[in-house]
Amino acid sequence: MSTQTVAQNKHLVLRETTKQSKLAKSALRGSVLPVVVLIAWQALGSVGILPAQLFSSPLLIVMTFIDLVQSGEMGMHLQISLTRAFLGFALGGFLGLLFGVIVGMRKKSEEYLNPSIQMLRTVPLLAITPLFIMWFGFGELSKVLLIALGAFFPLYLQTFLGLRNVDKKLYDVALILEFSRREQITKLMIPAALPNILLGIRLALSAAWMCLVVAELLGADRGVGFMIQDARSFMQTDVVFVGIIIFALAGKISDSFVRFLENHLLKWQDSFKA
Amino acid sequence: MRGLVATLEINQVSKTFKNENESVHVLDHLNLTVNNGEFVTIIGPSGCGKSTLLKLIAGLDSDFDGTIMAGDLKVSAPSKDRGFIFQEHRLFPWLNVEKNIAGNLPLKKPDIRKRVDDLISLVKLKGFEKAYPRQLSGGMSQRVAIARALLRNPEVLLLDEPFGALDAFTRTHLQEALLEIWERNKTTMVLVTHDIDESIFLSRKVVVMDAKPGRIKAIVPIDLPYPRTRTSKAFQEFRSVILTQLEHHPAEVEDWSI
Repeated sequence: MSTQTVAQNKHLVLRETTKQSKLAKSALRGSVLPVVVLIAWQALGSVGILPAQLFSSPLLIVMTFIDLVQSGEMGMHLQISLTRAFLGFALGGFLGLLFGVIVGMRKKSEEYLNPSIQMLRTVPLLAITPLFIMWFGFGELSKVLLIALGAFFPLYLQTFLGLRNVDKKLYDVALILEFSRREQITKLMIPAALPNILLGIRLALSAAWMCLVVAELLGADRGVGFMIQDARSFMQTDVVFVGIIIFALAGKISDSFVRFLENHLLKWQDSFKA
Repeated sequence: MRGLVATLEINQVSKTFKNENESVHVLDHLNLTVNNGEFVTIIGPSGCGKSTLLKLIAGLDSDFDGTIMAGDLKVSAPSKDRGFIFQEHRLFPWLNVEKNIAGNLPLKKPDIRKRVDDLISLVKLKGFEKAYPRQLSGGMSQRVAIARALLRNPEVLLLDEPFGALDAFTRTHLQEALLEIWERNKTTMVLVTHDIDESIFLSRKVVVMDAKPGRIKAIVPIDLPYPRTRTSKAFQEFRSVILTQLEHHPAEVEDWSI
């Protein structure tokens, strides 16, 4: 290997390490505030300034978390919550995608369907919840349907938007190349709308989590939301905190998953340097 | 060898763009015949309807009077037999070079794979098969677009100012590449341009159009052997002939709008 390439490699390695140290530094800076808060929280709690009834100390929260995991209680609640969220998201997301495609593809179906869907979209989900409980009872069905409703709108809206923004110029190309109607959908419309659809999935996921919490807080006998609600009535603040953290983590993980998908599926975009 | 058969026959074609309160007469009873294997360029001032005419031939717009025949068939919709190269490359941004060329044809099929590979070397893009359009220069993208059109073995290739947005070097290079392809495949070429040199360099027949309403003003046959040199005396003479045709505007043009 010539000295020049060695020097180049060294330079590259150097650049890589400076990039990494830059990342590490910014991560460090970002964690300063949370760490300070946690330490202060723990200290104030230990001294007795913060009322332990309302602010369980971070250490206690961690212990409770471990306890809940070991007893299997956490696994049971988490499993039922994840199942609800998944079923609701799958149902609502699928319907949102389907209706988004139907309305996005045909002007006439837009005229028939879109005004009603847009009107329903403005109704706050919380206001519909009692109705759902009356109709479908306290069981799984009402919860899954509520989550589905929450996931439906973002995906519907973004799919519709994405399809409407397909470049007319590329459509002309598809005509010249004699794409069949099916190919127009699979090889032009869907890929072109994909950035919007993925955004819709992300928004639908966060909506699904929110609806899950609402559904479980309002009436459930299992699930992470129930765990929080139940702990509240016994003033077990540490368990409430654990529940909140679980929801935060679940939201973050699902969001990261979609980001991962975006990085892979949209690497053709200028803004995604994969 | 294909005989002297009319590949395109444009018969009394008129086109009017209608707005709410005004209508613009773009093409007025236009007649033109393009023979098999011919290279024809259409030149004219902007607004003369030359691009519109090309879109009508392609079948992208079927709202016009008169008839356009491609071979024995009346043009009513786009077809793979009439390839189209736009001014912008119009590649699918989510597909890499080879998939863009293949489009809706399966790259897994050995014969398609082979022809795509052949075309990639024909347009000199070896090594860029997996590159995405955003990674390509304007000239490279346009070559991909040409390869995409050629894969369908079109009878006619319609080119709408294909090199207009490129720099001078790239343009010259692509003009030569296009001539090479034409001489090799004997594809009928109809190219719209506003560049006089380009039209003389490339074609056997220059169609000069007039604006408002768009009509054919003159057809100038270019009987120079290929390859042509832009600096030759004969080339200069053709340039002045076409220039005179383009500059000469009859005064009564205004009265044409109805």
